[in-house]
Parts: sequence; structure tokens; C-alpha cells
Amino acid sequence: MSEVRPAAKVIMMYAPREEIYPREASGRYATLRWACVWLTQLLFYGLPWLNWNGRQAVLFDLGARKFHILGLVLWPQDFIYLAALLIICAMSLFLVTAVAGRVWCGFACPQTVYTEIFLWIERRIEGARSARIRLDRQPWTPEKAMRKGAKHLAWGAVALWTGLTFVGYFTPMRTLAGAIGALSLGPWECFWIGFYALATYGNAGWLREQVCKYMCPYARFQSAMFDKDTLIVTYDTKRGEPRGSAEASGDCIDCTLCVQVCPTGIDIRKGLQYECIGCAACVDACNGVMDKISRPRGLILYSTERAMALGWSIKQIGERVLRPRVLVYSALLALMLAAFGTALALRTPLKLDVIRDRGSMGREVGDGVIENVYRLQIMNTAETAHRFRIEVSGIDGIALASPAEAQVDAAATRAVAARVQAGREAAGKGSRPIEFTLVALDDPSLKVREKAVFIVPR
Amino acid sequence: MADFTSIYWDAFIVIVTLLSIAGCGILLWSQSAHRVPASAPADGTTGHVWDEDLTELNTPLPRWWMWLFYLTIVFGLAYLFLYPGLGSYAGKLNWKSGGAYQEELAKAGADYGPLFARYASQDIQAVAADPQARAIGERLFLTYCAQCHGSDARGNKGYPNLTDKDWLYGGDPSVIKATIMKGRSGAMPPMAAAVGSDKDIENVAHYVKSLSGLSHDPIKTVFGKTKFGACVACHGSGGAGNQALGAPNLTDKVWLYGGSAETIMETIRKGRSNNMPAFEDFLGEGKVHVLAAYVWSLSAEPAKVATK
Repeated sequence: MSEVRPAAKVIMMYAPREEIYPREASGRYATLRWACVWLTQLLFYGLPWLNWNGRQAVLFDLGARKFHILGLVLWPQDFIYLAALLIICAMSLFLVTAVAGRVWCGFACPQTVYTEIFLWIERRIEGARSARIRLDRQPWTPEKAMRKGAKHLAWGAVALWTGLTFVGYFTPMRTLAGAIGALSLGPWECFWIGFYALATYGNAGWLREQVCKYMCPYARFQSAMFDKDTLIVTYDTKRGEPRGSAEASGDCIDCTLCVQVCPTGIDIRKGLQYECIGCAACVDACNGVMDKISRPRGLILYSTERAMALGWSIKQIGERVLRPRVLVYSALLALMLAAFGTALALRTPLKLDVIRDRGSMGREVGDGVIENVYRLQIMNTAETAHRFRIEVSGIDGIALASPAEAQVDAAATRAVAARVQAGREAAGKGSRPIEFTLVALDDPSLKVREKAVFIVPR
Repeated sequence: MADFTSIYWDAFIVIVTLLSIAGCGILLWSQSAHRVPASAPADGTTGHVWDEDLTELNTPLPRWWMWLFYLTIVFGLAYLFLYPGLGSYAGKLNWKSGGAYQEELAKAGADYGPLFARYASQDIQAVAADPQARAIGERLFLTYCAQCHGSDARGNKGYPNLTDKDWLYGGDPSVIKATIMKGRSGAMPPMAAAVGSDKDIENVAHYVKSLSGLSHDPIKTVFGKTKFGACVACHGSGGAGNQALGAPNLTDKVWLYGGSAETIMETIRKGRSNNMPAFEDFLGEGKVHVLAAYVWSLSAEPAKVATK
């Protein structure tokens, strides 16, 4: 007996990617985004070429473990400042997102910025949206190959320049440029330039919105900072619907330009979606259309959920900015900024580590005098050489038996063996806390103290 | 893998590993598409219905993400082919952690070898006059010698002070180098039986103290002198020591274990055993040469170092 199998269909659990051809938008927000592109990229590409006191102004010298930022030299021991900086960045992101939504994503994120640059190149070479769609659909011709090839070459050049600039933050830029001229790049420099160039090319040329939709964690957790008073890019449903060009229909003429300009390929008229990066390209496009059909702007606009529901004015939206969530984020951010600034301003460019000789407990040198040996690791983190005086205190009559002065070069470390002597009577028994003090001879304010232990052997 | 005597565990690991990887591949392939009845509604659900009316929304990942999964399988197989991981199979590249260490050692040897070879061709005195060599020597000393002799090289109880002019085995540059290269084993046997009674030991201790001008009991000293004969074989009749044997000079104020009567008595009673390890195999002659120059420079006349 044969059983009749019911007809079946297949549901795919992995969706093929739909290519997005964003149409070029122009308007207030596109101009703002381009301003951000110029600002961030002039900074990124230009900074490694800037010199300061005879060295690169911003240089993260991993080999020497010194991080130069303008007049500041940070050592691995200053790692806490990086932690504070990251907390400040996180708090800023929280605050900005709570107030104005994903403006970071839409205007300043490297993914957006480089995609914008790569899109600009694409448009110059392959043409506008419709031309690109046509080009992709047509079979391969010499002209298509030429255009595609030219695009990838241009992308590759920008990507390589970006990779080179990135590595220029870790290897002095001018040395690096010279090494390229002389074709004498090291293998690791080649690798990292190539790696970062490939990441730029892949992310800005190929992956684009896929990064925001499927890879970026910030994109997902930013919705936790949203509330009904957060600025979002939104569609005025009351004013727009029903769509169409008939007399009775709303202001939306269903031209779909807002969909065509969207870099993530969504329809903003469906409401707030997680794919929306808040770039406001649709606002620009729709405002252009509204101007043409002589309707007021703002069918798609920056507004808040509550304002849309209650029909609030901009003034009323502004009054809701100072709400508990924003105040808490602001207070935390201000606190961190103040702590960071104070710590940085009060930072002494001098560090001292005291390492007691482990092999010996302490030795007797002549008439009841006990001697302990310490290794003083003096780290002069300033960019000038100093001569330091070593002082020791904590026990009556305690004194240094080794030379009391040490010269340390600019931004250098020196280990100095220090012999400390104290009378057995005064030192008592067992271990006694003592303190080393290091003072620069030319600058008494350059001073650091460090605790140590003096051991009296039985 | 010498840890196992049979190939059972080898085979076990290979089979479990490969089956797991194959299982991942099959799972991925079988779950990338669902067959549902044609009658199922096209409402964006997976077609999976349970508890009568619960359905599962299909929110597909992008296709390239699926290829990443397959790529991890390819990566895993390539890794297992190239590197050790499958039972006792050593991997195509024959990589070993010990081999990686040897490679780094060889590279360091190639990088710094010429520098040490240049110093090795010079006199130890000449090396000691070279500030760069002394700086290298100091770093070597702080790494390998300071544990016993102290950061300042002034020693500790049982560990000689290297900055004075008193040498157990001699302070010539070549002797210092030989000491570091081959090590030294100094032993003083317990002498209680040879010296005599407790009283005799105390007397000898006072005599020894008198040799270096330390406070002593004159009467005990006189008696002690008669019993010192047991010590002369190594320390000499005048107590000046013998560098050929490493027997300390008892007439100076340098004491390896301490110069109090009690400590000297303890030394006589129990003897002392002291050992300096050999560094020839561990550091190689090039580094020992520089180290010897540094140690010698600690007590040598500055003028003598500078003129060289």
C-alpha cells in the first residue's frame, strides 16, 4: 500500500542577503554627516603626521611600552586612565543615546563614516542608484569589468591608506612612510596594514549594513537606553496616511524615496525598527519631496514617541529632556570626567617600586648595625632627565649606606640597589615598616613615597 | 604519546573528535532548511506548531553567517591536520612547545651572539672597562646572581661578599670566571672530634678571634693556640687560609657565617658546607665572561679598570 506524501515546501533558516543600493540623499542631515566625516577623518588621517617636542604627537609605542599623547607620556602602570576613559566613552554613549537616539551610529561611527566614503566612490564610478542596479543586473561586458575594477581599486587605495594610518599610531608615521618609499617594511607592519586595510575594505565595501544588523553589539543594547522621550527618526502616521496622490489621501505620496535612501533598507513608515541607525537620510529625502509638492516639511522627522502620540511641539519635547534617566547619566558622566581630569592633573610623572632582596633577610655589618638591601625601580615618566635624592625614614637613626643620589634619563627606568642601615637596638626585632622618599633635586614638588619593610635577623 | 601503552585512548580521542565535527556539520546542514506541508500558512513562521497553537517565528540569519559556521569546521579540520590534536598524531607541521622555545633561544642567540663573541675575544679587564659591557653584566648579575649574593653583591650569611678584596678562591679575573663557569663546592668537615672537648672548642674559637684582632679572652686564646693544629692543614699555621682549597683567611675581619665566639664554635662543631652552582651550561661562556668582568670590577681599583 502506498501512502500519498503530502506536497511539501521548504522554509530557509538562513536568508540570502538582499543587496541595498542607497540613493544619495541631500539636505540638512546629509550635510551634517559629511561634516562629521571630514572632522573625524581629518583627525584620524592627520594626527599621526603631527609632531610634538621632536616626536610624533600621538604615538602608542608598544615595544617601549610608552604611550605618547601630546605632552603626556603614559606607561602601562597608567592603565587605570584607559579604564576611566572607556567608562567616560560608555557614559557619553548612554547619555547621547537617551537624549537623541542613535546619533553616534548615524553620524560618527567608523562603520557609517567609511561606508559613506565608499558609497561616494561607488557613485562617482558606477553612477546613481538606478545605474548601479542596472549595472549589476546586466551580463559582464568590458565596460562593466572596467567600472567594477576601477571601483575596487579606488576602495583598495582608501583602505590601504587607512591601514597605513592605523599602523602609523603604533610605528612612527614618518619612519613608516620612509620604509614604504624604500620598500623595507617589516613583516608585522605589512601584516597589520594589510589586516586593517582588509577590514576597512570588507566592512565599508561589502558588509555595510550587515555589520550594524548582525555584528554590532552597541546597536542592540542601545535600545535599553531608549524611552518614550528619546529622539527618534519617525514617520508622522496621522499626517501621512492614507498614502497616495488622491485628493482625500494624506501627505505621503508613496514615492518610496525614504526607502531608497535608507542605508539599511528599511521602510521608516513601519515605525521604529532595530535596523534604523538614525542617519536621517529619509528625513532629508522626504523634506525634499514635501518642498516640491508644497507641503510643510516634517512628514518624516526627528521626534519622540510621546510627542508623536500627544502632538507635542518642539518646546514641549525640550522640556522633557531633563528627566531622571538623563540626569543620572549626566551626573555619572560629570563625576567620571571630574575624577579623570583631577587624577590626570595631579599625576606625578615619577614612579617608584621598592623590591626587597628576597635572598637575604638582613645582615649584620659591624657593631650591631643591621643592613637590608632593596632594589629601587625608579621610573622617570617625564620627558626630561632628573637627578633624584633617595631618603629613607621609619626607624631612629636609619640611614642609607649606598649613594643617595641617582640620575635617571628622560622617560627611562633605572634600577638602583639601596643599602639601608639601622642600629639593632633602635630597629628592635622582626620586621619594621619603613618608607622611601624620592625627590627630584631640581624640582622639590616632583616627589614620591613608597612603603617597604626592614627586617632584623635573629 | 608515550603516556599510554595501548592505542585505545588514541583511537577514542580521534573518533570522538572527528564524530563531533561531523555531527556539527550534519546539524548545520539539516537545520538550514525546514520541510513543511504545502498547506502551512506563509506567515513568516517556521511551520513548527506545538501545544495546539504555539508557532515559532522565523527570523533568519543572513546566509553568509551560515558560511562562517562551515568555515569554522574547515578551520578545525585544517588545524587538526597541521597541529597536534588528534590523539598522538603530531600534525603536519610537527610543532612542539619545546621546539618553539628552542627556536626563540636560537633567535636570541643569533641576535646577541655576536655581541658576546666580541667581548669574549677581549681581556676580562678590557671588558670591565667598557661601560656597555658593565651594564650588561649588571643586568645579568641582577637576574642570575642577586638571589644569593644580593642586589648590591655584598652577600649574605653563607654567601660571600663580592665587593671586598677578600676572595675564597682568588680574585684574579680568570679565577672569578672559572668560579662562575664550574661552580665551587666548599666544605669544612665537623672538627669537634679532632679539636677535642667543648672547652677546647671554645678556646680555639677565642684563638681564631684573636687572629683577626677581635675581642678575645687571652687565657683561652693561649690554650686554643695549642689545639689549632687540627686546623692548619687547610687554614695554614698562621690561619691565613688557602685559596687553592677555598679555605677562608681567618686573620681578616671578613666572616662568611659570623665572627662571634658562638658562631665560630658552631662552625667548628658542625662544619660548613657551601655550594656555588656551575653556570657554564646554563649561561654559556660568552655571558659568563661579561659577568666575570662585572664581578671583578666591583672590587678592582677603579684606576686599574679605567686604564685598560
